[in-house]
Amino acid sequence: MDVFKDKLLSSFIVFENQLNGQKKQPFHQKRREAIDVFEVKGFPTVKDEEWKYTNLKPLFNKDFNVFHPGEDSLEFSDIRRFFLSESDTYKIVFINGIFASWLSSTTHQNYDICTFSAALENHRDVVDKYAGSIARNQESLTALNTSFAKEGAFINIPDGKVVDRPIEVLYFTTDSDNNTFIQPRNLVVVGKNAECCIVERHQSLGKQLTVNNSVTEVMAHAGAQVTYHKIQNDDDNASLIDSTTIKQERDSKVTVHTFSFGGKITRNNLEFDLTEAGAEAYLYGVSILDKRQLVDNHTIVNHMVPNCYSNELYKGIYDDNSRGVFNGKIHVHPHAVKTNAFQENNNLLLSDKASIDTKPQLEIYADDVKCSHGCTIGQLDEDALFYLRQRGIGVKEAQALLMLAFTTDALKEIKIPELKSKLNRLIARKLNVNLDFNL
Amino acid sequence: MDILEKVTNSDYKYGFYTKIDSDKAPKGLNEDIIRFISAKKEEPEWMLEWRLDAFRQWQKMEEPNWAHVKYQKPDYQDISYYSAPKKKKSLDSLDEVDPELLKTFEKLGISLDEQKRLTGVAVDVVVDSVSVKTTFREKLAEMGIIFCAISDAVKEYPELVKKYIGTVVPKGDNFFAALNSAVFTDGSFCYIPKGVKCPMELSTYFRINEAGTGQFERTLLIADEGSYVSYLEGCTAPMRDENQLHAAVVELVALDDAEIKYSTVQNWYPGNKEGKGGVFNFVTKRGICERNAKISWTQVETGSAVTWKYPSCILKGDNSIGEFYSVAVTNNYQQADTGTKMIHLGRNTKSTIISKGICAGNSEGSYRGLVKIGPRAQNARNFSECDSLLMGNACGSHTFPYIEIKNKSAKVEHEATTSKIGEDQLFYCNQRGIPTEEAIALIVNGYCKDVLNQLPMEFAVEAQKLLEVSLEGSVG
Repeated sequence: MDVFKDKLLSSFIVFENQLNGQKKQPFHQKRREAIDVFEVKGFPTVKDEEWKYTNLKPLFNKDFNVFHPGEDSLEFSDIRRFFLSESDTYKIVFINGIFASWLSSTTHQNYDICTFSAALENHRDVVDKYAGSIARNQESLTALNTSFAKEGAFINIPDGKVVDRPIEVLYFTTDSDNNTFIQPRNLVVVGKNAECCIVERHQSLGKQLTVNNSVTEVMAHAGAQVTYHKIQNDDDNASLIDSTTIKQERDSKVTVHTFSFGGKITRNNLEFDLTEAGAEAYLYGVSILDKRQLVDNHTIVNHMVPNCYSNELYKGIYDDNSRGVFNGKIHVHPHAVKTNAFQENNNLLLSDKASIDTKPQLEIYADDVKCSHGCTIGQLDEDALFYLRQRGIGVKEAQALLMLAFTTDALKEIKIPELKSKLNRLIARKLNVNLDFNL
Repeated sequence: MDILEKVTNSDYKYGFYTKIDSDKAPKGLNEDIIRFISAKKEEPEWMLEWRLDAFRQWQKMEEPNWAHVKYQKPDYQDISYYSAPKKKKSLDSLDEVDPELLKTFEKLGISLDEQKRLTGVAVDVVVDSVSVKTTFREKLAEMGIIFCAISDAVKEYPELVKKYIGTVVPKGDNFFAALNSAVFTDGSFCYIPKGVKCPMELSTYFRINEAGTGQFERTLLIADEGSYVSYLEGCTAPMRDENQLHAAVVELVALDDAEIKYSTVQNWYPGNKEGKGGVFNFVTKRGICERNAKISWTQVETGSAVTWKYPSCILKGDNSIGEFYSVAVTNNYQQADTGTKMIHLGRNTKSTIISKGICAGNSEGSYRGLVKIGPRAQNARNFSECDSLLMGNACGSHTFPYIEIKNKSAKVEHEATTSKIGEDQLFYCNQRGIPTEEAIALIVNGYCKDVLNQLPMEFAVEAQKLLEVSLEGSVG
């Protein structure tokens, strides 16, 4: 890991020299502070309490390209299957971390849906105000992203506007002369009473190792409504470290759905700051894993003021040698009374080689609160299975039906029909059955 | 608010200091001190070697700081590691006990004499880590039960001690266990032979008396095949401004089909209302269950300035059962980080965890627990419930459960809630003419009932009273 760390540190100097005009911007100051944090802390190890169950060493012992040599041209037809819809969505598409304009459909009418690099030039006021101020800059991997942050999605919705179509953000990686390490940076600012819905996906198309170290910052102003979906169904050579931090103001409502169906190592750091009364946070997660896949979900909900609400529901199904980690924390700050927070984590283990490490935490510093968490680990109900079999349903199908039922609580809040049917197809494929789950 | 004032005024009842001549080792810790302790105890050579090895391991260790507690780390060279009440001879009847000491026990509410006759509880009393009196020893001996001070056991039953000491909590297990292994001065030893059901509750009473001393007692309890024993432990200390250190180790061995019930009422001095003084309670407790064995930990924790304690069960044998019932009350500036570890290794093993935390004043209480199901542990079952009750808006309550599952047939459930006393519950009581104060006591008692029910009769009454004293009028 030290070798790659040194490479990153020296690459930063190269990167800095390419920036020219941007060096004078306030964001550049944040980059320099961040690289210092990374230099001191380095990559997290298993000795780190937050990384106890996820070892990054085998990953970062390899060598990666820090700057991708060049863009790869992909045709829309090659990658159509990864999109929700051909025409009914806004799209921001990146190939190897570089914006692919011919695949994207962005807009500046009513609201800005474009790229982070464009925002660094044209929306400096927004970038200076929010970029790097919401994310956890003391986390070494977030700091690493901040120092190299150059490209990603920029979504800025002014007060009172409702985005008419879902926004798709897609990151593709293709093969090059070396393994690929990219650091997407997304910034989402949603104004007062504005609304938007985002679908994010990372997809590796090559055979080489890929690591995405992605950071997303979401600012939800008073009364804003944001729904963010993360689809993680990557190849077994692709890893993702996703750090998403969300700051919410009065009466805003933010929902984050995380669907993890694949990838070598998928680490999701999801953190909410509820900073004004009436804010509501919803966290839903579904993980279905097999082979040697690992998904590590770390969530923190910070209840900083009275009268906020949060609800978290994560479901996991683990087969073969897969591993699941769940670490959820509800942090109620002093005086944040009348907090109502709920957290649930349910897991199914299908194989003796699969394992689960879960740690649901409560950290509470106020007395008049209602906080609870529940966590279960178990198997499919024999009686239910028998009932289905008795009615002539095959073992595999019966199991799949029960597993779908198991995840359904976490899926029912999805509002986009195309996404829902896509997910149902993905789940059916993942469970290896030919069933139409659109029941 | 004035009710809150009242709590802080409720005094620590056990805070007296008894003037007893004592034999004290000079402050500091080095190999010579360990040799001194070992010589004082007239220990065999192997015991000294064992201690020295533990000490060498301890020197390489660092004091853990992962617990959710903040305290000034003690200076381990500024503590006296041996303090024995003087004139200690082998005592056969109560008449020979120092009358000053007897008065101490009366103040503690454990008049040995009375207890001996009325309750039929055999007591081993440990003051400043030296065992002063073991009652009923002869009567128990008739059944083959050995119940004595561990220092006597080292001399009289070396083969048993040698076989089991350090097997459950190894010398180098953690910082405090290593320290204890090096310097432990006394504690209780108990052996229940095959198939014997111990007819009475065995009990140990610990008291720190001397200033500037640490208490390091070691308890070793062995229940041979098919036996049963219920063991009680109680602790108090005088009020002092400086912090006192208590680092004990308890090892339980439950062989095939044996059952051990271990109950603790911990009421060390918690410090005054500004958080000054109090006992640091850093304890390692662990039991190992062989086939069909059962270990049940019950604890009522109301004292200590800082508590760091995780009574654990290693469910090694098939069909073994581990239980943990805990009530932890913190008030003023107390801090408690306590919980359990249930390590399932054998098939069809079961464990239950019921933890009730109550936090008031400026205190902080944490539950930290581990449920681990090994790959071989078919059909393991765990149920955990951790509830916290908060009183006052300056306290904090935390839950850190670790659940690690490596077997697909495991069934594990964990649930935790945090809330304050329900206003509607209070209203319901008030409406029926029950004053707020009593209503709170009623609700808290109901809240802790699952745990208190597990305690033997005599202790349950004491525990209930302790809860009332600790929380008197905590909520307005």
